[in-house]
Amino acid sequence: MQNILSVQSLTKKFNDFTAVNSISFDVEAGSIFAFLGPNGAGKSTTIKMLTTVLKPTNGEIRINGFNVLKEQDEARASFGIVFQDQSLDDELTAYENMTYHAVIYKVPKKERDERIRTALEIVGLWERRKDFVKTYSGGMKRRLEIARSLVHYPKILFLDEPTVGLDPQTRKAIWSHIQTLNKERGMTIFLTTHYMEEAEAIADKIAIIDHGKIIETGTLEEIKERNETGTLEEAFLNLTGRDIRDENGASRSKMRLMGGMHGRRRH
Amino acid sequence: MIEVIYILWLRQLKRYWRSKARLIGSLGQPLLFMVAFGFGFGPMYARASGGANYMDFLAPGIVSMSILFTAVFSGLEVIWDRQFGFLKETLVAPITRTEIMIGKTLGGATIAMIQGLVVFGLTYLLGFRAASFGSLGLGLLFMFLIALFFTGMGLTIASKMKDMHGFQLIMNFLIMPIFFLSGALFPLQDLPPAIYFISRIDPLTYGVDGLRGALTGVSTFGVYTDLAAIAALSAFICTIGAVLFSKIEA
Repeated sequence: MQNILSVQSLTKKFNDFTAVNSISFDVEAGSIFAFLGPNGAGKSTTIKMLTTVLKPTNGEIRINGFNVLKEQDEARASFGIVFQDQSLDDELTAYENMTYHAVIYKVPKKERDERIRTALEIVGLWERRKDFVKTYSGGMKRRLEIARSLVHYPKILFLDEPTVGLDPQTRKAIWSHIQTLNKERGMTIFLTTHYMEEAEAIADKIAIIDHGKIIETGTLEEIKERNETGTLEEAFLNLTGRDIRDENGASRSKMRLMGGMHGRRRH
Repeated sequence: MIEVIYILWLRQLKRYWRSKARLIGSLGQPLLFMVAFGFGFGPMYARASGGANYMDFLAPGIVSMSILFTAVFSGLEVIWDRQFGFLKETLVAPITRTEIMIGKTLGGATIAMIQGLVVFGLTYLLGFRAASFGSLGLGLLFMFLIALFFTGMGLTIASKMKDMHGFQLIMNFLIMPIFFLSGALFPLQDLPPAIYFISRIDPLTYGVDGLRGALTGVSTFGVYTDLAAIAALSAFICTIGAVLFSKIEA
């Protein structure tokens, strides 16, 4: 199979801190790829680099054959992204948000209404299209963002924790939409999540990142086998430890030790 | 390209039009200034100048002021877009930063223009009259250039700001001095040299003087000097803004 996304020795440094440390991986076209890791491991930094939001310190990224740094616009037209935090305009209606997206992604005018309608119907928001986004619930906003990311027919869809803070019904609905898109349109899915059972259920391939390095990669079965565990969650905890992390990458107990406040570590 | 710029422009106009509170609220200040200064200092101005009407002097200054504030705020709105996450949506799209910059500049400038025209309407109610109908065209051009310059300035500042914490700093050390020392409220001729110098490097000085010259026929530097100055400054700031904007990361 052809690789839709290919990453070579990708590095990002913020002053002295290395958030992402020379990672390399490939994502096959048409697959579902789960990118997992504790808070502050470098997941979001990586996604930001893959989607041209952040400039890498080093390394090469190819999306759909385009060099993300040199052929930025072609690469941008090839992917869709649902960011970790909200990126809708609350003061516009759902439909206006969709139109804005369709225009800046240069969707041909003739196809625009049809595509927006299809995307909104997929996530069940067509009836609410004329409502202002500020009247939407968290789950509806999420679904709208997913619908929006589909309007320009991306080859690969990045989902950065798309189900965080949502109820089980909405989570289930979102994942089933995503699986349908993957199966019916052959759209590659690149996702991050903290819900291991979600990754377990839908990912073809999984990579685990910690402290800026990829520490495990393979199919679910391969990872479980190598780590001699029954679930992905156990393998994940074995690999990344049981300390609670802060977003900046240092574990809390380590910081406490360094601060000399509490010496006792509990697991 | 045109359509991308249009949709960016349209978004800003919709947001402006929908927030009626902001629309009406922003008329309070110019109205207050015109009433308080116009009627407060009017008699004094008339005596000192040998009978000239202060409202004729003040009205173009207040119109310029409302354009200045609206334009700068429109530019700074990018910071809100960044904080609410919407900026990312625009920045990862396959469009150039220059297109974004042009769309946002024109959007902000249009809003500021509308605001300026509404205030211009208010000055009419308070008794201000343009010298002739033909002078209105030139007046509109000045209003647009003031709007363009200060939207560009707002965007330039916004491209360097991560959040609104620096807002007071910009208001009190940049925007307010730009307004007060522009000659919007009082003539510049007899100022102490240091303050006069600041006034001469204040971009709004040329906007106010030009607008006043266009509408009332009285200007300090000459309408065409003013026009050249504010047009050149607008081109300059928009270029700087485009360069800085091309480097921003969401």
